[in-house]
Amino acid sequence: MSSNVITVSVGQTDAKPWVDELHQWLTTVDHKRLGILYVVSALMFLLIGGVEALVIRVQLMHSHNNFVSPEVFNRMFTMHGTTMIFFVAMPVLFGLANYLIPLMIGARDMAFPRLNAFSFWLSFFGALLLYFSFLGGSGLYGAGNAPDVGWWSYAPLGARAFSPGHSSDYWTLSLLVSGFGSIGTAINIIATILCLRCPGMKLNRMPLFAWLNLVMAGMVLIAITPLSAAQIMLLIDRYLGGHFFDTQAGGSAVLWMHFFWIFGHPEVYVLIIPCFAFMSEIIPVFSRKPIFGYPVMVAATVCIAFVSMSVWAHHMFTIGMNSYANSFFTLTTMAVGVPTGIKIFNWIGTMWGGRIQFKTPMLFSIGFLFQFLIAGLTGIMMAASPFDWQLSLSYFVVAHFHYVIVGGILFALFAAFYYWYPKMTGRMLSEGLGKWHFWLFLIGFHLTFDVMHVPGILGMPRRIYTYEPSRGWDTLNFIISVGAFIQALAILVFVANLIVSYFKGDKAGNDPWDAWTLEWSISSPPAPYNFAMVPTVASRRPLWDEKHPEDPDSRYE
Amino acid sequence: MTRKSEVKNGKKEIFGRRTKSVLSRGWQIVLLPFWSTTPLCAVGPDGTPNNGTNIFSPASTPAKSIADLSIFVLVITGIIFVVVFALLFYSVVKFRGRAIDAGSEPAQVYGSTQIELAWTIIPTLIVVVLFLATARVIHAVQDAPEPSDAVEVTVIGHQYWWEFRYPKLGIVTANELHIPVSNPSHPTPTFVQLLSADTDHSFWVPELAGKTDLIPNHPNRMWVDPQRTGVFLGQCAQYCGTQHAKMLLRISVDGPEEFASWVCAQQKPGFQDAGAVAGRRVFERNACMNCHAVGGTSADGRFGPDLTHLMSRTTIAAGAAENTRDNLRLWIQNPSAIKPSSLMPSMKLSDTDLDAVVSYMETLH
Repeated sequence: MSSNVITVSVGQTDAKPWVDELHQWLTTVDHKRLGILYVVSALMFLLIGGVEALVIRVQLMHSHNNFVSPEVFNRMFTMHGTTMIFFVAMPVLFGLANYLIPLMIGARDMAFPRLNAFSFWLSFFGALLLYFSFLGGSGLYGAGNAPDVGWWSYAPLGARAFSPGHSSDYWTLSLLVSGFGSIGTAINIIATILCLRCPGMKLNRMPLFAWLNLVMAGMVLIAITPLSAAQIMLLIDRYLGGHFFDTQAGGSAVLWMHFFWIFGHPEVYVLIIPCFAFMSEIIPVFSRKPIFGYPVMVAATVCIAFVSMSVWAHHMFTIGMNSYANSFFTLTTMAVGVPTGIKIFNWIGTMWGGRIQFKTPMLFSIGFLFQFLIAGLTGIMMAASPFDWQLSLSYFVVAHFHYVIVGGILFALFAAFYYWYPKMTGRMLSEGLGKWHFWLFLIGFHLTFDVMHVPGILGMPRRIYTYEPSRGWDTLNFIISVGAFIQALAILVFVANLIVSYFKGDKAGNDPWDAWTLEWSISSPPAPYNFAMVPTVASRRPLWDEKHPEDPDSRYE
Repeated sequence: MTRKSEVKNGKKEIFGRRTKSVLSRGWQIVLLPFWSTTPLCAVGPDGTPNNGTNIFSPASTPAKSIADLSIFVLVITGIIFVVVFALLFYSVVKFRGRAIDAGSEPAQVYGSTQIELAWTIIPTLIVVVLFLATARVIHAVQDAPEPSDAVEVTVIGHQYWWEFRYPKLGIVTANELHIPVSNPSHPTPTFVQLLSADTDHSFWVPELAGKTDLIPNHPNRMWVDPQRTGVFLGQCAQYCGTQHAKMLLRISVDGPEEFASWVCAQQKPGFQDAGAVAGRRVFERNACMNCHAVGGTSADGRFGPDLTHLMSRTTIAAGAAENTRDNLRLWIQNPSAIKPSSLMPSMKLSDTDLDAVVSYMETLH
């Protein structure tokens, strides 16, 4: 089948009417094109989710503000959360995994190219389904549009009695559909990594990127299934007279919480582990040293995956579990900090003794390390369940998980964009705009999310559309909102950079960063078949061996 | 016999802790930014000083145990931050690439088992210490035995207001909880049962205790033993629907005499003023009485707050507005003006009926 693809696109790339071009993009089963589709759709939803965040921040700028109604505000935070997790973070990470894994392991495509396309379109149409609720959510009842029950839709708020109309149904179906897409992608990633590695690439010679995505894919299989099950049960409750979560008829609200968080907490690691993967590729290259403690990094990742499956109820410390359950989940949650800490130490160990080059990808990586450290430490605070009885459901939590998702995941993603954009497009992103992007975003981020911890400590709950002037939260919220606009500006600089550099960026060449993994051995962008000759590797850094034949890695491994 | 006295001693220790300032002066300075923004002397609508909503100024044993643990955790995590940040900062500055090194590569180091072991074992020990400190507080707060003379309150969360029932005292009220101050030498803690009539809510008064959720079909329990009087503020912390934001909480911690007289006043049957009979008729002729109860009349609805002693409360609409004649009138005429999407409907009363029913409300002492 790959020979087919070769003849079609190599010959005709230049003079093609746009209809043909579009047709090729829509019907493609090429992992690189699908990867780019994932990334572009995720960037689009990043902008939409960002606008929703700005609406939230304008409304909270001062007490008793009337910028939007409570209904609109509630829709905004529900859509913001759902969009950012399911239709930005997951697709963009899947997209990069899709694009890069075959290139890094010397394969010509993913194991199941058609499943790959199917998974992408499921997740994309899932997103469209969610946004269609703005139009179709009122249904027959005229009861508002777009879901407004929060991104975890706690029972019984998601039941028909409290969420009439169809907005919750769109939410449910959207997560169900895109969840199946995620499961398809996870199967594909696992099969690709286990079956399609090039000759010589034993498991312990895989780039950490492949290892970490393998672990992530395994977690997706375990985490998404309970979410899908719960969504089906919710649909049964809403339409087939079920009572799983219908508290009015003896159902259990707590059951929903367990289902949701046994998905929801591993999900955090599903998102952060691919970012660890970016860091584990980028930091060594810009420190000019191999990753410190490769086997320990793999072991720590697997350890995180296992332990993180047993921490979910730390999202539920306030629901009145008994003291033994609270102690258990305190212990497991704190324990997950150990392997995570090991990773941070290993990245610092990689930089130690290196010759660090402060290119934009490395700047974002250092930002990631700093912010992820803080995010981990505030996580330890909330793992102490009594402390969490105060902090949970407050703005402190909002600050904490944005520290993880923006300060950690998004910073790592920006690093990945600056690092691999040349491979994807053949052009370098502008370093000048990149530095503007980095510093603006860094300032905006810290202005918003450092300050956001404080109103939580001062008793401000999350998800309130307004607050009383006498509480002393006004100034803090104003600063937080200003920071949000600075971040928005930085994102615009980033988008401008993506577009301008696509046309006017410096030519990248095969290997602009003098890097060591296989994707840098082929042209930028790679040919549809990736490798004209399937490579053979003898170490974890095949290109290092090639560039330093006098002192190859293969001698030490 | 011995066992019983042991329990009693344990109880005494739990409830008897003194709440002097939790923090040493040094920590107060370090943490100053956190509460410099709190209004120091916010004054409530009725002129009583309000306490803030700062989790680091606890006024009750559960909140104080939590604040103490929090400081401990903050110190440990603070030390970790300083150490790791120093390492990161040092490596970024010290190992930055220099022009002179261009073209050559640094020594390629692959790892070190000793170092890996060190940064596995040390964090593990830290986790053990943190866990033990935490487990102790979990047990002390959650498993505290209820003394027989504790005040018992049942809190029922509704979209978007609080119902308070005192089963032992036969009192039903809403939105403003009165509880007695607890003297460390003779503790009178309040034990709270938490229920919900509809969606999930969460009861959070930061200076008295951590939050506990109110979940339908899942009764919860918590306790407080406030050690200073005054009004304590809080609000619903679990998103419960459109008007979640204005589901505010006021807890009035009264001295023993004030509490006794408040109980006495609340236990009286509804006051019937012959002058307000027109308003009462409006109230009973319209749907008001389907949702609201007024003791001693045929109005016994339970969907909305009990109005028998409405005038003893300082706020209306779950703390969204002060309890004044103008606000009452506006609230009855157009609830959305004060609290959009509240479940109280506008009854479209004529001006005459509106004035009459407001006057009736004003007689409900």
